[in-house]
Amino acid sequence: MQEREALGGKVLTVPFKVCAAIALIGLFFIGKRFIFGIGSVSNMNDGYPWGIWIAYDVVVGTALACAGYSIALIIYVFNKGEYSPLLKPALMTSMFGYTLAGVSVIFDIGRYWQAYNIFLPWLSNLHSVMFEVALCIGTYILVLWMEFAPVMLDKFKADQLKARLNRIIFVFIALGILLPTMHQSSLGTMMLMAGHKLSPLWWSGFLPLLFLITAVVIGYAAVIFESLVAAIAFKRPMEMHLLSKISALMPWLLGLYLVVRIEDVNLRGYLPLAFEGGLLGNLFLLENLLFLGALLILAYPNNRHSPQLLFIASCAMLLGGSMYRFNTYIVGFDPGTGWRYFPSVPEMFITFGIIAAEVMAYLWFVKTLPVLPKLTKAQHT
Amino acid sequence: MKEQDFARISERLNGISRRDFMKFCTVMAAGLGLPLEVAPRIAAAVTAPQRPPVIWLSGSACTGCTESLLRSSHPSLEHLILDLISLDYNETLNAGAGHQAEAAMQASIAKNSGKFILVVEGAIPVKDNGVYCMIGGKPFSEIVRETAAKAAAVIAIGSCASWGGVAAAEPNPTGAIGAPEFLKDKTVVTIPGCPPNAYNFLSTVIHFLTFKKLPALDEKGRPKFAYGRLIHENCERRPHFDAGRFALAFGDEGHRKGYCLFKLGCKGPMTFANCPAVLFNDVGPGSWPVGTGHPCFGCTEEGVGFHLPLHVQADLKYITPGAAYPHIVSDRGKGASVGAAALAAGAAGVALGAGAAVAKNLGKAGQGSSSEGE
Amino acid sequence: MKIRRREFLKGVAAGTLLLAAEQNPAQAKRARKDLPPKAVGILYDSTLCVGCKVCEHACKQANNKAAEHSIPSEPLWDDPRDLSDKTLNIIKRYGVEGQKDSVEGFAFIKRHCMHCIDPACVSACPVSALLKDPENGVVTYNKKACIGCRYCQVACPYNIPKFEWDSPFPEIVKCQLCSHLLAKGGISACCAACPTGASLFGPVEKLRLEAKRRLGMEPGKYYDFPVADIESTEVQQHRAGGYVKHVYGERELGGSQVLYLAGVPFANLGLPDLPEDSYVALADGIQYAIYKGMVYPIVVLGGLIYIIRNREEKKE
Repeated sequence: MQEREALGGKVLTVPFKVCAAIALIGLFFIGKRFIFGIGSVSNMNDGYPWGIWIAYDVVVGTALACAGYSIALIIYVFNKGEYSPLLKPALMTSMFGYTLAGVSVIFDIGRYWQAYNIFLPWLSNLHSVMFEVALCIGTYILVLWMEFAPVMLDKFKADQLKARLNRIIFVFIALGILLPTMHQSSLGTMMLMAGHKLSPLWWSGFLPLLFLITAVVIGYAAVIFESLVAAIAFKRPMEMHLLSKISALMPWLLGLYLVVRIEDVNLRGYLPLAFEGGLLGNLFLLENLLFLGALLILAYPNNRHSPQLLFIASCAMLLGGSMYRFNTYIVGFDPGTGWRYFPSVPEMFITFGIIAAEVMAYLWFVKTLPVLPKLTKAQHT
Repeated sequence: MKEQDFARISERLNGISRRDFMKFCTVMAAGLGLPLEVAPRIAAAVTAPQRPPVIWLSGSACTGCTESLLRSSHPSLEHLILDLISLDYNETLNAGAGHQAEAAMQASIAKNSGKFILVVEGAIPVKDNGVYCMIGGKPFSEIVRETAAKAAAVIAIGSCASWGGVAAAEPNPTGAIGAPEFLKDKTVVTIPGCPPNAYNFLSTVIHFLTFKKLPALDEKGRPKFAYGRLIHENCERRPHFDAGRFALAFGDEGHRKGYCLFKLGCKGPMTFANCPAVLFNDVGPGSWPVGTGHPCFGCTEEGVGFHLPLHVQADLKYITPGAAYPHIVSDRGKGASVGAAALAAGAAGVALGAGAAVAKNLGKAGQGSSSEGE
Repeated sequence: MKIRRREFLKGVAAGTLLLAAEQNPAQAKRARKDLPPKAVGILYDSTLCVGCKVCEHACKQANNKAAEHSIPSEPLWDDPRDLSDKTLNIIKRYGVEGQKDSVEGFAFIKRHCMHCIDPACVSACPVSALLKDPENGVVTYNKKACIGCRYCQVACPYNIPKFEWDSPFPEIVKCQLCSHLLAKGGISACCAACPTGASLFGPVEKLRLEAKRRLGMEPGKYYDFPVADIESTEVQQHRAGGYVKHVYGERELGGSQVLYLAGVPFANLGLPDLPEDSYVALADGIQYAIYKGMVYPIVVLGGLIYIIRNREEKKE
């Protein structure tokens, strides 16, 4: 088993303080939202009932938080135990990402005081995709905390509790693989109902599959991205051996995605739309070019050993996948009859505040809890 | 307007003052929809000594149109106009009768050939060679044709003369038709109504005298200044229509409150006239059918008046859209404010910059050692 | 043993992906829904509508909704531009001037909830706040269940449900066919008030027959048109207009209980050309194919638990 240690060092650094400032501004606007209603801070309207709080915070945010899911898939289903060092940090960012997505949902839904209605069986609508997504995400947040609990128990030296937890942890791990598969694909199914309101460049019977693939791709890309950034930020060695092996999977996934995505649009006869030079066509091209670019970079083994190229490729995958999901929920969505939407400044600050809070939590946890792998004497610079 | 011309008029009109006379001319201009600066020209025309004669023929008529003219509550106006137009023949107002009256008419026509105005009142029956309306032994249709041939202008006053009116109501046993249909080759100004508003006629005549030409006419020959809009568009009860407040039965609460009479069969939405604007008899506001609480029955409009049952709901022919009437598509929602766009751009810039910095850093670090994992 | 299991898993994973990729998702649709036995609805005939807006006024009164001021610069009393949290029913105008019910002229359209036979909002709502009455088919809203997620707004193909954005305790707002009046034996307020019979209430089967009768009328001739309720005896005489030969709402997205007739193409009136198959059926179908009875998920979970447990045990 890999040994882990807390990074140590000052928590209240400048980046931390900057994030705290942004988070405080966001908190102010959250207060306004709860006192005066959503309309007082947001530009969401009856034509665009979902704005960046759903399209980014939940739909893109949970995908960014699929780092834990992607690594768990590799380790547990494909039995590649050598990736274990990547697991705990990934689980942690997943935990924060999903928890904050859940918090975003509470901010976004209008009648939040009745949110528990989701769990009342006599109100449950089993036909509803959103019901399944909500229950899945809610359960998955619990699962993530349980999966991460051993790290916190380590810190507090609660060995007996930890031993008991470890005996049943396999249930949570299994759930941690099943649940994201379910809800990430269902996030795609949700937009099926939008029908003619969603541009044919995004509406497709394959929405569930494409959302699942992008979740996995973004998950792996997030692992690579976070590992490299953490190495640079905390001046630690890069786990290139593992990262380059993971990135070997990417060309296959990216290829599968591009084939399904483009051929589906083509078979439905809408590919010409992509080349009309309008906003939607250009965004479609950009999404897929980003994935194609990442594919071309990672297809070559030499590239996979270059941290810089790995980083660029992972950025491309993160951007392309996020764009695909964001476009499906907002940009490609047009209810007709003259509605427009662009987030307002308070709305954006709430999102930025949530991201800032996530960064603060990451910095605090990674410095105070044994998350990152212990470095050997040789690796300490 | 020359001083002696005005003095002559003033004497005739019980010493009307110059100011009151100019007021009258200004009102005339406004009624015609002309700029008020035209009033002096009207004054000059009205006081000019040369005034064309008018031959007024009545066919299948009830004489209501003549009576309507006489019923202006402004006696000086009535006198003035009768003076103005030198009425040479009018069966209701002729001093003489019989052969003398006919002879006087023929003399006037002969003397003023090509210069007189022919006013036709009542419909022209054409069935059986026009035998159903004989005047002095001649069919009315023949009289009209002969007289119209020598007239400078033909005005059909009243719905009967304009398109047949009540005389032509189904089954129209006498074959009554209006003057325009009868005199196919001549331009006939029609002033429909039952009776028409006296001022519509008077204003048309004054326009002709002042400018030596007829006012703008629509495709049915009606002066546009009077018949250019639907009653529905001018009605004082229109706000009730727009808010859905209807009288449901005569005497009910809505009726007493003055609500819209659409549900009781008001034909305002399909009738062109200016009744709600000009009113009748100068007795004050509300002196028109709807104003008194009875639905308009479309007396000016062919195919509506004397044709559609009173209780049948009107079709809405045209509307003048209110500015606030919502369109199918209107621009809604909020686009990017300057601040939002700047913030978004700024955040994107920061992200890109940080990414580039990390990539650069990695480029340098990549040359170093990499961890062996476990 | 280990190798075989790995191969097996790889195969399963690949197979699942291929299956998902190859299978035409459109075939996953579930069966079309039927009209409820006592379904009631509204037949709106645009050629009869005179744009008086008494239906808007009556609706606001019946549902206790406030007046709306859309144009700050013009002090008009109640001038909504569209359906909103205060306006459950609206009359809109197509065209500017000219002849009524002609493409070059103008026409009116009444918009409100269509009470679809296969409502997307009912399927979308996770907490069953929107329900379709099994008897009369009216789609009603229950604020006690609603969590305000607004998925119904995304799902509705006609953009009907509106949200109270400016309230700290917001609700979803939409026409509920005056179900509170129906319960007392009445009819919807808009139909009761309409002076011309443009908005006609009644059982959907009868409304469909009435619509067919109107499509067969000779334009220009006078006919009797029922007013307010198709089952009442009150009639108005009107000249039949020239209808577009289609009853909108009969088949669109599985049909709706609100039907439209018009003299200008429906697309001009904001009623889009929609397929007969509802998107709801497709989304439902896909969900069912995967999650029917939760069989697949439980099987997969079982498999995962088995694999992971073995791995953990092997480690110790």
